[in-house]
Amino acid sequence: MNKIFWPVLLALTLSACGTTGGTQATVEDRTGGKTGAAGAGQAGGSGKAAGTETVALGGAGVAGSSLDGSGSYAGDPRKNPASPLSTRSIFFDYDSFVVKDEYRPVLEAHAGYLLSKRDARVILQGNADERGSREYNLALGQKRAEAVRKALAVLGVGEAQLEAVSFGEEKPRNEASTEEAYAENRRTDVVYADE
Amino acid sequence: MEIQVIGGAANKIAVAMVPFKAAPGQPVPALTQIAGDDLDRSGQFRLVDVGGMPQPAESAQINYGAWRSKGADAMVVGQVAALPGGRFEIRFRLLDVLKQTQLAGYSYTISAAQWRATAHQIANIVYERLTGIPGAFGSRIAYVQKQGKSFELRVADADGQNPRTVVRSVEPLISPMFSPDGTRLAYVSFEDKKPIVYVQSLQDGARRKLAAFKGSNSAPAWSPDGRRLAVVLTRDEASQIYLINADGSGLVRLTQGGNIDTEPVFSPDGQTVYFTSDRGGSAQIYRVAASGGEPKRVTFNGSYNVSPAISPDGRHLAYIGREGGRFSVVLHEVASGQTRVLTDTVRDESPSFAPNGQAVLYATVEGGRGILGTVSLDGKTRARLSEPGVDAREPAWGP
Repeated sequence: MNKIFWPVLLALTLSACGTTGGTQATVEDRTGGKTGAAGAGQAGGSGKAAGTETVALGGAGVAGSSLDGSGSYAGDPRKNPASPLSTRSIFFDYDSFVVKDEYRPVLEAHAGYLLSKRDARVILQGNADERGSREYNLALGQKRAEAVRKALAVLGVGEAQLEAVSFGEEKPRNEASTEEAYAENRRTDVVYADE
Repeated sequence: MEIQVIGGAANKIAVAMVPFKAAPGQPVPALTQIAGDDLDRSGQFRLVDVGGMPQPAESAQINYGAWRSKGADAMVVGQVAALPGGRFEIRFRLLDVLKQTQLAGYSYTISAAQWRATAHQIANIVYERLTGIPGAFGSRIAYVQKQGKSFELRVADADGQNPRTVVRSVEPLISPMFSPDGTRLAYVSFEDKKPIVYVQSLQDGARRKLAAFKGSNSAPAWSPDGRRLAVVLTRDEASQIYLINADGSGLVRLTQGGNIDTEPVFSPDGQTVYFTSDRGGSAQIYRVAASGGEPKRVTFNGSYNVSPAISPDGRHLAYIGREGGRFSVVLHEVASGQTRVLTDTVRDESPSFAPNGQAVLYATVEGGRGILGTVSLDGKTRARLSEPGVDAREPAWGP
């Protein structure tokens, strides 16, 4: 995807906002055990047990061959290593919550996928490095997740398809206490609910 | 346990803990050892060496002059008798060595499971009689222990001993806090691939989700009456503070804006909520009325002051301040705003006050591993609670 698509996506943004504003406000409170409307179909209703996450049909079960779109890659387009959809981590500078310009093609690709599959849902998992308070780092990670969520929303993705959460410093990709490790841990991961 | 005393409080009370007498062959659990460690850890006592001295069990047997020449201000003597049915009778007396009078005397009938609790009770009595302040040695702490890929939320005695696991998970657990009556724990679990706030009964282990809204749910803090909690939610935008009833009803948003507001804690009168916010451009501590309104900034020194805790009398805050890349426990007098750094470690986190307000429990890192420690309010006495080889974090002091 290239820059020519920005106006197109922004146009989609406006129309999406216009049409979905009222109906998608239903995915809010899940204390009552009801899952949000979006994504519930993917989950397949398997995981009712408290304390366990329902990750529908992990990998192998759905490794079919959908030939949608380009036609050159047989398989889940999100797994095509040549596609920006296969990029799932957005890294941030120290003390920064700005999505860098280099990630524009990645976000455009994910927005395009989500717009084409309205029942798909992504969790944006923000992370922080280990320095300082765990709860404050949770909030910092949330800011990074929110930054990506807002960028996707601007590209027209419906609110019900997006959830921004934070792992703070709790799930470091690199457990070392070095600047390199910290940089690796300052990121937001794009995780599809059905993967 | 390792107790490290730095410098020394000006007026330490010298107390001799004489090992309790028991019938020959009968095991004598380390009652006076446990109680003595409690007193030593407080920083307000000096333990008199009892080696080589006669070990009386009753006041009539005491040679007060000899103990006075050992420097003792007070002494504890006692005896243990085995009773039928595996129970024990413990009798002890606290004596003023200078006045040669009894300050306290008690007897307990206990089961074999109550040795430690009894030792802490003895320490409480000695502490209160000699300082005028209630002891907190019978209280409990909660913390998270990480072992490999497993996280355990544990509850232990205030000296770090007798730990019991109340939650075990392969996903992280953080931010435990005891309800004011000590019967429940609120905490954050990542087991559903996002942070969710749980409340769990310590009596029967039953738990439920208190806050599981869209986005992240974290940083639970009980109100002093135990009827509601402050939590941090991201359901509306950035991390914001909400109040919610302990049964999950009555959600109300307390702070407003697009900045980070987190780590709420109620003042002892329940009227004020202290919290961490970056609304001023750096992480600082603010306070807001529990009924809402405009927050006021509390900390001004430095660019990173987080994780506020408030003393039971409301006079002090403890928090983590960063200076020159070091994260230390800072004590802050609310009325004057005067601050004092209590620790000399560099990666301190998660301070909380003892129920009697005389010490602060915190986490730090030593040799690449998380450990728990306590520090007296004058910063002069620090004790390490964790056993070597254990990775502990996120401590909270409970009733």
